[in-house]
Amino acid sequence: MTNELARWQFATTSIYHFLFVPTTIGLSFLVALLQTAWYRNGKPEYRKLTRFFGALLLINVAVGVVTGLVQEFEFGMNWSAYSRFVGDVFGAPLAMEGLAAFFLESTFLGLWIFGWDRLPKAVHLACIWIVAGATMLSAMFIMVANSWMQHPVGYALNSHGQPELNNIGALFTNPTFLWGYVHVILASLVTGSLIMLAVSAWQIRKQRAVESFTHAAKLSVIVLLPSILLTLAVGSELGVVEAKYQPAKIAAAEAQWETCQPCSFSAFQIGGGNNDHTPSQIIQIPHLLSLLATNSFNGKVIGLNQIQKEDEKKYGPGNYIPNVFIQYWSMRLMAYIATAVLLLTLWGAWLLNKGALADSKWFLRLSCWAVVTPFVMNTAGWMLTESGRQPWIVQGLMKTINANSPSVTSLDIWISLVVFVLIYIALGAVDVVLMTRYARKDLDEDDHEDHSEQPGSVGADGKTTPRIPALTY
Amino acid sequence: MLHLHTLWFIILAILWIGFFVLEGFDFGVGMLHAIVGKTDTEQRVAINTVGPWWDGNEVWLIVAGAGTFAAFPSWYATMFSALYLPLLLVLAALIARGVAFEFRGRNNDPRWRRTWTMCLSIGSLMIPLLVGVGLGDLLAGLPINASHNFTGNFFDLLTPYGLWTGLTLVSLCLLHGATFLSMRTADPVRGRARALAKPIGWAATGFVVGFVIWTLAVSGGNDVPEPVAVLAIIAVLFALRLVGTDSDGWAFTASAVTIASVVGSLFIELYPNVMVSSTNAAYNLTVSNAASGGYALKVMTIVTVLLFPVVLIYQGWSFWVFRSRVLAPPDPENPDSKAPPRVTGRRTPDLGSGPA
Repeated sequence: MTNELARWQFATTSIYHFLFVPTTIGLSFLVALLQTAWYRNGKPEYRKLTRFFGALLLINVAVGVVTGLVQEFEFGMNWSAYSRFVGDVFGAPLAMEGLAAFFLESTFLGLWIFGWDRLPKAVHLACIWIVAGATMLSAMFIMVANSWMQHPVGYALNSHGQPELNNIGALFTNPTFLWGYVHVILASLVTGSLIMLAVSAWQIRKQRAVESFTHAAKLSVIVLLPSILLTLAVGSELGVVEAKYQPAKIAAAEAQWETCQPCSFSAFQIGGGNNDHTPSQIIQIPHLLSLLATNSFNGKVIGLNQIQKEDEKKYGPGNYIPNVFIQYWSMRLMAYIATAVLLLTLWGAWLLNKGALADSKWFLRLSCWAVVTPFVMNTAGWMLTESGRQPWIVQGLMKTINANSPSVTSLDIWISLVVFVLIYIALGAVDVVLMTRYARKDLDEDDHEDHSEQPGSVGADGKTTPRIPALTY
Repeated sequence: MLHLHTLWFIILAILWIGFFVLEGFDFGVGMLHAIVGKTDTEQRVAINTVGPWWDGNEVWLIVAGAGTFAAFPSWYATMFSALYLPLLLVLAALIARGVAFEFRGRNNDPRWRRTWTMCLSIGSLMIPLLVGVGLGDLLAGLPINASHNFTGNFFDLLTPYGLWTGLTLVSLCLLHGATFLSMRTADPVRGRARALAKPIGWAATGFVVGFVIWTLAVSGGNDVPEPVAVLAIIAVLFALRLVGTDSDGWAFTASAVTIASVVGSLFIELYPNVMVSSTNAAYNLTVSNAASGGYALKVMTIVTVLLFPVVLIYQGWSFWVFRSRVLAPPDPENPDSKAPPRVTGRRTPDLGSGPA
C-alpha cells in the first residue's frame, strides 16, 4: 500500500512537473530567437513580441521551478531505500544539475527580468540565451540520472552489494541517455513552438497585430518543422536502443507475447492488456515492428512470455512484465499525434510559402487547438518510458517494491498526496487563467516602454536625475 | 590530510550558511513586506528589493539538498524521510512563496494581491522555522535504529532545541530582512524598516544568546562555546547597536555575520556526526558511515572546484548590477504630488557603498 501510494505520488507530481519543463525549454529558446531578431533589426514589434511571449514564459517558469523542488525532495522523503542504495551514482548528476544549471538559470533569469533598462542590449540578449541554454543543461543532468535507471552503467557493486560510481563518463555516454536526451530536447522545441503557433493563430484570427503575429507564427513553423521530423526519427531510434536494453518495454508496447521474426505492427487492437494475450489486432502492417525495434526488415523481437521465463531464471520468481495496456496505447498515442502535428506543420509551411497563413481560417482554428497535443505526447512518452521500466526502479538492480521509505507510513503519504493534489489543482487553475489572459492580451498593452536609449530627465540645475524605473514585481 | 568526506561536510555547511545569509534577507523581506509597506506600491517596492535575486538565493538550498544526496546518500535518505511532514510544509511554503513573487503583480485586483501577500508572508516565515527545526534535530538527536531508519513519529521531531533553532533563525531572518530593507529602500519604507529593526534586534539577541548556551548544553563535552558561537553573539550585538543609525551597510553586514555564525556553529558542533541517534550513539550517522565512495566524492569535488567560483562571480555580478536603491515610481495620475524620496545619512544611497 505504502509503495503503491508512493508510486502514485511520484507519477502525479512528475507528470505535472513535466507539463511545465518542456514549455520552459521550448519557449525560452523561441523568446531568445525573437529577442535576437529585435537586436538585429531594431524593429519595435520584435521587442513587443519578445516581451509578450516572455510574459508567458515567466508565468510558466514560476510553476515549473516550484514543482521541480517537490521532485528533488521526493527521492529522500518517499524513496529513502532507493536514495540510500543508489545515491553514490544517482546523486552526482542531481548535484551537478544544481551547481551547473540551476544557479545559471535563476541568476540570469533575474538579470533578464529586471535588466531591460539596466543592461546594455547585447548583454541583456546574452542573458536570455544563457537562460535557454541552462534549461537544456538542466534537462541533460536529469536525463543522465533517469537513463541510469533505464540502463545502469559506469558502476561496480561494492562489498555491501551497492552500486558505486566508477566511471562518470559512462553515464554521459550511455546510449539510452544520448538518444533520450535529444528526443526530450526536440520534444520541448515542439512544445514551445506549438504554443507560440497557437497563441499567434488566436491573435491573427481576432485580427489583432496580424503582421507581427504572422512573424511569430512563421518563426514557430520554422522551428516546428525540423523539430517534429527529428523527434519522430530520434524517438524511433530510441525505441531500438530500448529494445536492446529493456526488451520488455518494447515487447509490451506492441503487446507481443510470443517471439516473432519478422514481426508486424498493429495499428489498433481491441482487448489486450496483461490478462488478454490474444487481442484482435486491427490493420497489421507486416515487418514494421521488426523495423521499428531492430532497424532491420526481418529483425527478431523477443516476446513477453520468453522474457518472463528468462528473467525468472536470472532474478528469481516474480512478474517481470510491465503494464501492457499502458505501453501499447501510450506509444500509439504519442506516435499518432506526432504524425498529425507533422501534417499540420507541413500545411502551415505550405501556407506560409504562399503567404496565405493569415487567411486560412481552418489552419488557424486547428492550430489553436493543437496547443493541447504536446502535453498529451510528452505525458504519453514518459508513461511509455517509466511504466515500461517496471517492476524495476533501476533496471536489473533494484525493484520498485523495495525502494520506498521504511519509516514513512501510508497515512504520511496520503496526507502529502492530498496536499500536493490540492496545491497543484489551485496552481494549475491560476496558471491556466494567467496564461490565457496573457495570451489574449493586446500586443501593444505592455506598459513597459523602451527606455534603454533615453537619458534621465534634466533638472533646472542642469543635473541629470536618473529616471525611476517601473516596478517589475 | 583532509579526507574528502570531511571536505564535503564543510562544503555542505558552506551551502547552508550561504542559503541562510542570502535567502535569509529575502525571507525577512517576505515576512516584513506587508508591515513596512502600507500601500500596494510600497509593498511592491519592498518585494522588488529582492526581485532579481530570491530565486538564485533559493538555489543554495537545492544544491545543499542535492549535494547531500550525492556526497552522503544515507544522510539524505534518513533526514528527508524522517522530517517527512515538516518537509511537506516546507515544500508547500516554497511553492506558495515562489509563485507569489511572479504572480502577485500580474493582476490589479486588491484581493488577488492580498492573497499573494499572505502566501509570501506566511511562506517566508514557515521555511526558516521548519528548516531550523530540522537542522536543530540533526544535533539534538532523533530516534534512529541500527539500519539508519527513523523510528519515531511526528512529535519526536519537535525537539525543544530544534524548535529554539527554528525560532532563532526566524528572528535572524527578520533582522536580516529589516537591515536589508533599510539599505535598499528610501523613506517611508526605509523608515519603517529601521524602526522595526530595533525591537527585532533585541529579540534576536535573546534568541542567539539562548541558542549559543543551548548548543553548548546539547553537544556536551565542551565547557566553552566555539569561537564561531562567540562571534554570533558579538555580531548580533553589533547589529543591535547599528540598526537605526545611518550605517545601513554595516548593520546588514552584522546581521549577515550573525546568521552565518549561528548556522556555522551548529555544523561545527555536529561534526563528525551528521545525524545524532537518540536511541543509541552507535547508530549515529557520521561523515564516514553516511558518505559516498571515494570516486564519487572525487568527481563531485572536481566539479565543485571548477564551477563554484564561477557561480560566485556571476551571482556577485548580479548583486552589483541591481545595487541601487529601489524607489517608488512617480504616481502616473499626479506626477508632482510627492517630493522625490530622500535618504538621510552619510552614505550615498547605494548598496555598493556599504562595507561589503
